[in-house]
Amino acid sequence: MNEPRPDPEALLRAASREGQGRLKVFLGAAPGVGKTFEMLSEGAARRDAGVDVVIGVVETHGRAETEAKLRGFEIVPRKAVEYQGHALEEMDIDAVLARRPRLVLVDELAHTNAPGSRHDKRYQDVEELLAAGIDVYSTLNIQHLESLNDVVASFTQVRVRETLPDRVIEQADIEIVDIPPDELIERLKEGKVYVPHEATRALGHFFSKSNLSALRELALRRAAQAVDAQMLDYLRAHALAGRWAAGERLVVAVSEQPGSLELVRAAKRIADALNAPWTAVHIETPRTARLGDAENNQLAQGLHLASQLGGQVATVPAETVTEGLKRFTEEARATQLIIGKTTRSRWFELRHGSIVDRLVRETPGIAIHVLPMEQAAATAARPVPTPGKWGKPVGYLVSLGLIAAVTGIGLLLSAAENLTNVGLIFLLPVMVAATRYGLRTGIVTGLVSSLAYNFFFIPPTHAFTIQDPQNIITVFVLLAVAGFISQLAARVREQALLAQHSAGQNSALAGFSRLLTGIGRREELGQVLCAEVARLFEVNTILLLPEGADLVLRAAFPPGSDLGMLEDAAAKWAFDHGRPAGRGSDTLTASEWLFQPVSAGGKALGVFGLASPDAQAPIRSDNLPLLLSLLDQAGLALERIILGEEIASIAQLKERDRLRAALLSSVSHDLRTPLTTILGTLAQLRVVKGDEAHIAAARAEAERLNRFVANLLDMARIEPGARARSPEPVDLADAVGTALEDLRRSLGDHQVRIALPADLPLVEVDPQLFHHCLINLIDNAAKHAFAGTTITVAARREGDGLVLEVLDEGPGIPPGEERRIFETFARIEGSDRKGGTGLGLAIVKGFAEAMGLGVTAANRPGGQGACFALSFPPRLLRELVPAE
Amino acid sequence: MTRNPTILVVDDEPPIRRLLHSALTRGGYGVIEAEDARTALAALPIAHPEAQKVAALDLGADDYVTKPFDTEEVSARIRAALRHRLASETNVPVVKVGAVEIDLLSRTVTKAGREVHLTPKEYGFLAELAKQPGKVATHAHLLRSVWGAGHESDVEYLRVAARGLRKKLEEEASSPSIIRNEPGVGYRLVGAK
Repeated sequence: MNEPRPDPEALLRAASREGQGRLKVFLGAAPGVGKTFEMLSEGAARRDAGVDVVIGVVETHGRAETEAKLRGFEIVPRKAVEYQGHALEEMDIDAVLARRPRLVLVDELAHTNAPGSRHDKRYQDVEELLAAGIDVYSTLNIQHLESLNDVVASFTQVRVRETLPDRVIEQADIEIVDIPPDELIERLKEGKVYVPHEATRALGHFFSKSNLSALRELALRRAAQAVDAQMLDYLRAHALAGRWAAGERLVVAVSEQPGSLELVRAAKRIADALNAPWTAVHIETPRTARLGDAENNQLAQGLHLASQLGGQVATVPAETVTEGLKRFTEEARATQLIIGKTTRSRWFELRHGSIVDRLVRETPGIAIHVLPMEQAAATAARPVPTPGKWGKPVGYLVSLGLIAAVTGIGLLLSAAENLTNVGLIFLLPVMVAATRYGLRTGIVTGLVSSLAYNFFFIPPTHAFTIQDPQNIITVFVLLAVAGFISQLAARVREQALLAQHSAGQNSALAGFSRLLTGIGRREELGQVLCAEVARLFEVNTILLLPEGADLVLRAAFPPGSDLGMLEDAAAKWAFDHGRPAGRGSDTLTASEWLFQPVSAGGKALGVFGLASPDAQAPIRSDNLPLLLSLLDQAGLALERIILGEEIASIAQLKERDRLRAALLSSVSHDLRTPLTTILGTLAQLRVVKGDEAHIAAARAEAERLNRFVANLLDMARIEPGARARSPEPVDLADAVGTALEDLRRSLGDHQVRIALPADLPLVEVDPQLFHHCLINLIDNAAKHAFAGTTITVAARREGDGLVLEVLDEGPGIPPGEERRIFETFARIEGSDRKGGTGLGLAIVKGFAEAMGLGVTAANRPGGQGACFALSFPPRLLRELVPAE
Repeated sequence: MTRNPTILVVDDEPPIRRLLHSALTRGGYGVIEAEDARTALAALPIAHPEAQKVAALDLGADDYVTKPFDTEEVSARIRAALRHRLASETNVPVVKVGAVEIDLLSRTVTKAGREVHLTPKEYGFLAELAKQPGKVATHAHLLRSVWGAGHESDVEYLRVAARGLRKKLEEEASSPSIIRNEPGVGYRLVGAK
């Protein structure tokens, strides 16, 4: 039987959300349905329930009822951004992060930030807030959703520019804010609706009843889909092997044609509906090598959009599109293929065959969707003829020379003997010209050859007229051969060029990996990486690696490059988020450098920066895959180096730990056994004989030694920092009472006053460590207090936390020593006479901090004496509900 | 009933065995020494103390002390353990601790002659301790027998019950005189007669 097993992907997704804030999106069909109002209402309810809620940014658009809702909220002031003389205001993300609320309200998720902000888009701000563990409420209109962009535009005639990638709301809770279309139109007439800029022109049309109904349906459907997806995730993570669409795999073919973007969006929608993984593939044929910059850009955009929408991206080299798609779909075991209806001419199809027809014929196991594509815009014209298409002049000269030579030879031969087939030798120059100089040179040569043949050999000679129809055939054959051969030759040449290109990439990769294998140090790796990339792409390069909390420049090419503040910020961002930042990315674009994370296993290990020396874009889109492959290799090498270092240091630690354990058990056994005997014997002696004073002195010293050993062992237990701690709820009254029991012999003539309120909460601590803390604190107080005085143990609430104090009546702590007395072997003046070991307070501090408690020393404010305090943060308190 | 019980002393260190031997013979017990085999009384090394204490108690040990120990205390513990064994043999239904009397038959608790009202859980907790006075009852044992299986790690129940009992039975709630907590291990009733 098939054991249902949790889907690792789903578990990973759930795990990566842990520690993350939750996003809740108030989704509406159109402006004016009351999303902001609803968000504020729910925010207020949470606030009234005691949640720490602030407003990051809310647009009221002057609506009085919404403004009234703002009352009672803490609003984080917005940040002014100056742009081209306009003062714009954006959410101050740093201020929100510094404020650290539990929940922040951020209006209009699809908003585009003013240029110069940290992120281009507001949703990126929100993602950063979520990553910091802050919950976010936000609002969104359905038409801003990336994958629905075309659909909405198709019936509203309004193209929305501010779009939001679907993945942002895929894991969010979605609440639909819905009012019937009639009511919305009513509100519009009453002037209650703020109309977004994009919609002003098409106002009447946009708010028509049919449009609103359609939008409403879209919103409801999307919300239902999100709930579905989250449900499936849950099912997979918990292996509730239900029925979900299994085995469907989608592939969408992306080309340089402008309709590709829509094709990608459509694929996303179909994949979502099928709940299937999908891949956008580009087939690299000899033809694509000739694409212009605009087309390359279009292609890159299509692939980029696919990865933004959550699809995988692949590029496959092949002779033809059909062959490439066939191979890829087989390898990927795709079940559905999505292609665009091409805008190729009938003539092209007649010559090359329809891709669709051939795909249908050659990929029998796959469902093929053929979607209409937008007509090519005028700007995306066909490729400009590349210079050199007509061939170099030298080709024509050589061809002419060859024709002359062949004519000469022909004349000589026909003078000797009457040859009818002398025309065949004219094939020679045609073949040479076609293979070496291209199609057009070949055809021109064919023409000239046939003219020469006609003029010199076909009767009537020395004239361009032809009498025998047979000879007309010869002329045409010459022309056809020229055309055919040059086509073939051109193909071969292009294949060779493409192979050269990919061989170049492969050899760059292979060479790089060879270079990396021998490297065992970070610095060396940095130098090799920087120099190689700089050489391959003709850019300046830099490598930053983390050191503590900072990123430190470890290598650069040319050496000596340095970064400005903005670049530092971009690098840090790229490292923290594991995504590119800087010029050419969509974050911190004002930076001159582009920063790519160098990562392995999904974890960023460093940041690689590159900048063009002439301040152009650092890297062309078609070079990006090679760069990323190089960085992947560097990431793997870096991980190998780091792992090597870790293994070395773990081995060292293990050795040290083994020694420590051996020492501990030896000390524990060899010191304690004689002490037990000494103490036990002394105790019996006292009973037998009457020599009390000497025995008491010996016993006191033995006990002091015993305390010292106990403390030494405790200290040794703190320092590895690895001792397993097992917190459990502890009653302070219990703990203090037990500590006093254990101490009763060393308290001497001190009184102990206990002032613990009856309603104290329990505290989550390791009972044994806490016991040692208390013993040492009270023992310390007894040692330093004046004889016969009272030691007070008191607890009180302070803010949300709790403070436990041990107060003595003694000389107090010398000023300035409040910190130093917690150091190992620190003893304040004269204390060694009192039998201290110099370890007691160090143990208190070590144990307290290991349990998450704060510990401070001060002099008592009113009277004489010292006050030691343990403070418990709120998270360690367990309030007691009266039992039964 | 034997007047002179015999005690088996097990320890791998001869000086410790000698020490206990002389202390116990003076207390009027018969003593047999052995070098290994841990059974009745467990003297424990320092590493991971709580866990081993709990394990030893679960194995049937009556009590534990840690090195270095006080021979007087060991004698006192042995007396308590023997008394409780005698008590359970004779089925003494009333346990007296200071001014507090716990009647295990009628399930009543009185303090200075006056009945004290306890909640069922508080009584269960106290009775469990009173059945074996002086012996440590582990957290898990108390929780299992009073609250039922499945509650073995709900230590805060014990804290609540202990706090309630102290308030009702003791003079000064903050200094435990009869219900003593062993940090991380369990509770015991001290001072039972």
